[in-house]
Amino acid sequence: MHMPRVLLKGARVVDPANGRDGEFDVLIDGGRIARVGRDLPADGGDRIVEIPTGLVVCPGLIDMHVHLREPGQEHKETIASGTAAAVAGGFTAVACMPNTSPVNDNAGVTGYILKKAAEAGLARVYPIGAVSRGQNGEQLADIAELRAAGCVAITDDGRPVATAMLMRRALEYTSMFDMPIIEHCEEQTLKGDGVAHEGFHASALGLRGIPGEAESIMALRDIALAELTRGAVHIAHMSARQTLDAVRYGKSRGARVTCEVTPHHFVLTDEMLRAPISYDTNVKMNPPLREAADRDAMIAGIADGSVDVVATDHAPHHADEKHVEFDRAPFGITGLETAVSLAFDRLVHAGVISLARLVELLSVNPARILGVPGGSLAEGAPADVSILAPDLRVTVSAAAMRSKSRNTPFDGWTLRGGVAATIVGGRVVYVNEQTAIAL
Amino acid sequence: MKKDLLSIDDLTTEEIHLVLDTAEAMREIGQRPIKKVPTLRGKTIVNLFYEPSTRTRTSFEIAEKRLSADTLNIAVAASSVLKGETLVDTALNIEAMAPDMIVVRHASSGAGHLLSRICRSRVINAGDGMHEHPTQALLDAFTIREHKQRIAGLKVTIVGDLLHSRVLRSNVLLLTRLGAEVCVSGPPTFVPAGIERFGVRVSPRVDEAVEGADVIMMLRIQQERMQGAFIPSLREYFTTFGMTPARVARAKPDVIIMHPGPMNRGVEIASEVADGPYSVILEQVANGVAVRMAVLYLLAGGTEAD
Repeated sequence: MHMPRVLLKGARVVDPANGRDGEFDVLIDGGRIARVGRDLPADGGDRIVEIPTGLVVCPGLIDMHVHLREPGQEHKETIASGTAAAVAGGFTAVACMPNTSPVNDNAGVTGYILKKAAEAGLARVYPIGAVSRGQNGEQLADIAELRAAGCVAITDDGRPVATAMLMRRALEYTSMFDMPIIEHCEEQTLKGDGVAHEGFHASALGLRGIPGEAESIMALRDIALAELTRGAVHIAHMSARQTLDAVRYGKSRGARVTCEVTPHHFVLTDEMLRAPISYDTNVKMNPPLREAADRDAMIAGIADGSVDVVATDHAPHHADEKHVEFDRAPFGITGLETAVSLAFDRLVHAGVISLARLVELLSVNPARILGVPGGSLAEGAPADVSILAPDLRVTVSAAAMRSKSRNTPFDGWTLRGGVAATIVGGRVVYVNEQTAIAL
Repeated sequence: MKKDLLSIDDLTTEEIHLVLDTAEAMREIGQRPIKKVPTLRGKTIVNLFYEPSTRTRTSFEIAEKRLSADTLNIAVAASSVLKGETLVDTALNIEAMAPDMIVVRHASSGAGHLLSRICRSRVINAGDGMHEHPTQALLDAFTIREHKQRIAGLKVTIVGDLLHSRVLRSNVLLLTRLGAEVCVSGPPTFVPAGIERFGVRVSPRVDEAVEGADVIMMLRIQQERMQGAFIPSLREYFTTFGMTPARVARAKPDVIIMHPGPMNRGVEIASEVADGPYSVILEQVANGVAVRMAVLYLLAGGTEAD
């Protein structure tokens, strides 16, 4: 069945890849962007959608760091539930980490993920393969095979690439595919059995600390190896101000290094360990919430362009797994359904960045780093479109989330900014009933 | 009093004084030929111990029995925790039997906080990981007050493994609240990050730290600390930080020496000091019963006037 053309009329279009920020019409035809321009004429058969004043049309948001948990941990999340959460959060695509069970270190697992994603039919899913077989840090996974099967990057996320030698080889080897290595930076002996940021609050609560240097030491190693090999390293979920300095140093030397920051690391600090709920396992994640100086550094890095991407590190865990002693609880919180609201509230409305810069962080740059389509409303591009509601009052409700898991520290928060609708390949996959949009 | 005693911060300064004053009365009960009063008759108290403990568990049990409570000891071996039920499920099962109080000792910091969120019973923290051990700090304060008649203005020096010590955290909160000047000393590997915000002075030189001290409190050094490279050897620890008669001589002439136990003689403290004239270590143990009776009584709803 042929889909009718859809004409989005009168929207504020923010499309930094094409230098657009203003009122434009967007014509979608056959799952692709057909035209973007002022006062586009409609054909008789076109569906015309008037975009209510105040909403923003932008290239589809891409979350380049999520854990969809399938295969193997479907009690936490499935590809169906995770992509439902993604589109409700305004994301048209997600890149999923390989630390599933079994690990995504072969084409069979990659193919399974893509098949499940196609069945769900919501957000696009870009699998990320493992650097090492079984993520064991010993031998390289079959990276060419992973690439051919559809992986867009490789990582041993959950832990760093184990040794400098393996990282060197992985960077050299992947350079022939022009595919980045996403690095979970953590010097493991320095992290030890730490469960929280090393500082006053962890000390007062008697929680074992993880210093920021556990992250920055590994980032410096990888930046040095990126220079040695001319390979591309993307620093995942940066949390420490020392790591930001390392990234700036690497960029100043022309190393191929990029980085991402999660919403929780630009919003929260380690004070959350004590209040409002002391030992709340929903503020336990890795890397940990750090102190105010680190949080402020992340915001400064976002403002000055040192930070390339905002990604969620969406890490769903079952309530039973989190309802334990703090040091026994797994690391991680969900993020897909809160990221846009947190970014609007704390970055755009707080005057840190423009809306165009937000679109770069959430769409243009992840598409560029992963080398995937998207990040642009150019004519001929896939019609992956996020329609955002910058002034929508959002009250976060963990119970109402599409994710299978509820482990968020933002339950009950009221934020300014949200999502109105999400369009993937020209299909409307999410409409927020609380906005006046009629799609 | 708040529902639970998880941290010294759960007590107001007035309540701390109330506990110490009530403990005076409780101690008198322990000196009677019949060491039992009917105060907590019909109350059920569960002592839930996830870590081995002789001193603290016995102390609570004696305190409970002297107040005529029905007590139940549950010792959970660490190995059975790994394969068995969760702390939450164990607590819910105990809670289903409607005890009045749960006294909990656990290797995880914040275990008591988790219990307090799911239990209607009052929860008393008898030591949680590296976090706090509030009744130990209360009995230490009681012992200091007995010898010095005050706490405000005293110089208290605490020496040892500051990082891993729950006794340290509770004592720092309590002693600084009551106006003592607290100095802590230990190798820098044992100093928690951000300790300057604890309101204490930190000195890596123990000789200087004990200078003019009214109270010296030693903390236990655990044998496994060599594995984490915190200290090179127990022998070297003793030479650099061990409490010897020569070091005690730098303190005030009427200094008292304290230790929460169990002691490692020849590691953190020389036997001559532990058994010497300044030592109040066994008094601490004796006072523990009276202070815990006071805490149990007050948490159960009693007032000093009763």
